[in-house]
Amino acid sequence: MPRTEKQIKDGLTLVDAINEALAQEMERDSRVVCLGEDVGLNGGVFRVTEGLQKRFGPDRVIDSPLSESGIMGTSIGLAMAGMRPVPEIQFEGFMGPAYDQLVNHAARFRNRTRGSLTVPLTVRVPWGGGIHAPEFHSDSPEAIYIHNPGMKVVCASTPTDAKGLLLSAIRDPDPVIFFEPKRVYRSYREQVPEEEYTIPLGKAKVLAEGTDVTMITWGANVFQCLEAIDQLPEDLSVELIDLRTLNPLDWDTVCASAEKTGRVVIVQEAAKTCSLASEIMATIMERCFLNLKAPVQRVCGFDTIMPYAKLELDYLPSPKIIVEATEQVAAY
Amino acid sequence: MPVRTAYQAKIEFLQILDEHGHYDAKLAPPGTEGVLTDEQAVFLYERMIECRRLDEIAFTLQRSGRMYTYPQNKGQEAAALGSGFAMRKGTDWLVPCYRENAALFLHGLPMHLVFLHWMGDERGNAIPAGVNVTPIAIPIGTQMLHATGMAWAFKMRKDDRCVITYFGDGATSEGDFHEAMNFATTFNVPAIFFCQNNQWAISVPREQQMASETVAQKALAYGAQCVQVDGNDIFAVYKATYDARERARAGGGVTLIEAVTYRLGDHTTADDARRYRNSEEVEAWQSKDPLIRLRKFITAKGLWDDAKQAAIEEKAKAMVAEVVKKSEGIEKPSTDEMFNFLYAQIPEELRKQRDTLRTHSLGLDPAQAGLRAGSH
Ligand SMILES: Cc1ncc(C[n+]2csc(CCOP(=O)(O)OP(=O)(O)O)c2C)c(N)n1
Ligand SMILES: [Mg+2]
Repeated sequence: MPRTEKQIKDGLTLVDAINEALAQEMERDSRVVCLGEDVGLNGGVFRVTEGLQKRFGPDRVIDSPLSESGIMGTSIGLAMAGMRPVPEIQFEGFMGPAYDQLVNHAARFRNRTRGSLTVPLTVRVPWGGGIHAPEFHSDSPEAIYIHNPGMKVVCASTPTDAKGLLLSAIRDPDPVIFFEPKRVYRSYREQVPEEEYTIPLGKAKVLAEGTDVTMITWGANVFQCLEAIDQLPEDLSVELIDLRTLNPLDWDTVCASAEKTGRVVIVQEAAKTCSLASEIMATIMERCFLNLKAPVQRVCGFDTIMPYAKLELDYLPSPKIIVEATEQVAAY
Repeated sequence: MPVRTAYQAKIEFLQILDEHGHYDAKLAPPGTEGVLTDEQAVFLYERMIECRRLDEIAFTLQRSGRMYTYPQNKGQEAAALGSGFAMRKGTDWLVPCYRENAALFLHGLPMHLVFLHWMGDERGNAIPAGVNVTPIAIPIGTQMLHATGMAWAFKMRKDDRCVITYFGDGATSEGDFHEAMNFATTFNVPAIFFCQNNQWAISVPREQQMASETVAQKALAYGAQCVQVDGNDIFAVYKATYDARERARAGGGVTLIEAVTYRLGDHTTADDARRYRNSEEVEAWQSKDPLIRLRKFITAKGLWDDAKQAAIEEKAKAMVAEVVKKSEGIEKPSTDEMFNFLYAQIPEELRKQRDTLRTHSLGLDPAQAGLRAGSH
């Protein structure tokens, strides 16, 4: 689909970039099908699949029955039988019914069959808070899927990364969960290469180089961290890492930075306990112990359930708290 | 050997009051069990008006940024009210989805709580003691199993209570629906499964959601009773639910009621139904609006006139204003609200997070940060 004037002038949103990636991959590979609740005629509740059914037909862009277990389980079958399904779960809060199929089946077939049956599917999931959505529409469950082996987990924060990472995900021979930060969906635009390209899974991106403190994050919090950096004293040199792929994680980039600065702040929306932040801390502890100058800090969601909209911004890590934690780490 | 018929069934469709306001007295002789009296019909019509006006104001609040996402109930009031009215207030339990406000109000749920919920305020889910309803269920289909368990408990405890659970046509695709039906019938619990088949699950029409002709027939697979009713006919809805309740109380089994109705509004305020359904369809259903039908009926019976209509509109207006005032007048919840209801007793670490609103260790324990500050 040709880009609109606005897209040409102001760039693509995350939604636009994912849509373009899906269209290009469906064009390139006839095995790719999209399925999920309302993804067809309606273009998905976030319009990420807008126009795809019209272009590729209802056999390739499929409005499924309202059943997450059904969507995930049949996607496994489709994948094992030679298709490249890209199912959508409408909100991360509804991954519950799909959990068993995803964790106990999609993630295990390769291992269970000694490599004879594989599940190359990419499940797209709108993820995280910040848009004042109803209950069960704002969670950050990535740690659950990182903890369980067998799935790759991606979380793109920018349109350019989203396009390249999604194309890698769809072409990956293993199941990939592709988390899409809702808060960024339409809040940020940038120029994105029009032709198809891939960004390898498992590679973090250093967004800003620095020498005093390392800030590690992913998803919508990349933007919270950028805001925090703006507010921090200019002579504090912060290195900002966007992980982009959460599993497998780019430990070399993380540890090289931790060793360089000796001071680390990890920022995530998810609740603190047993989270990805916990794992990053543990690994830095194991690998960079002698280089640390301060205890690694986690700015996280509280160990509570994501509150309804009125308290949402009190729950999510704010630039203010990120600044405070960074200053404390820097001064320690 | 001749082929034997192993099973045979038919699905009945019940309509007592048609869309022109004609009442079938043969099907529902006035004065018999399960038939609404004139006073009850008027009472329910008034509740319908109130619920509709409340629904309209919720929509405008959302449009002006004073409420977050809201799912309109418009067009489905007869289904909610007729069924809710058949359940005994304070005795039976309602396990709803999110499109049966009128039934919840009938059972005593303060209206402003529903508004609070959609304004993103969890205090809207604090259900007053004695109001036998569970909170609005957002994850589709999950509540049906809870309803089954509750009904099971009442059976175990020989407690004369029934449970009605509400869900949409789309919800019947979730495994939970099938599991709940199977448990409910296998253990013969006093539960009623009330499907508000409003023809759409967001953008997916019923015919695309399932290959079966009716939702009702799904009951047959589980050995439940079933009936399809005109969901915009409050008499039919009431009668079917009343019969199901009496059957359940007598240990006679589970009933699946399919109320054939229509979602006159968008799925929620975040949706634009014009993207996927045509206006002719909506217009055709507008003429079947349950409010119009019931008003025709009570007017023809001499129970209603324009003066009464004006009076109830006045009353509804005042009531709606009061609900808006109450739900908007409340102060922002304290951040403590996030923490205080997770456990009966708050764990120490969580208490620290609550009191400092921090998660990083130097922020949780500023003394630790201070200890080394300036030492480098
Ligand atoms: C488990 C789950 N999956 C998806 C959703 C998103 N969602 C909300 S309502 C809805 C459609 C529900 O359709 P139906 O059951 O017919 O009820 P209706 O909204 O028409 O009353 C969907 C897909 C959800 N809330 N929960
Ligand atoms: Mg529906």
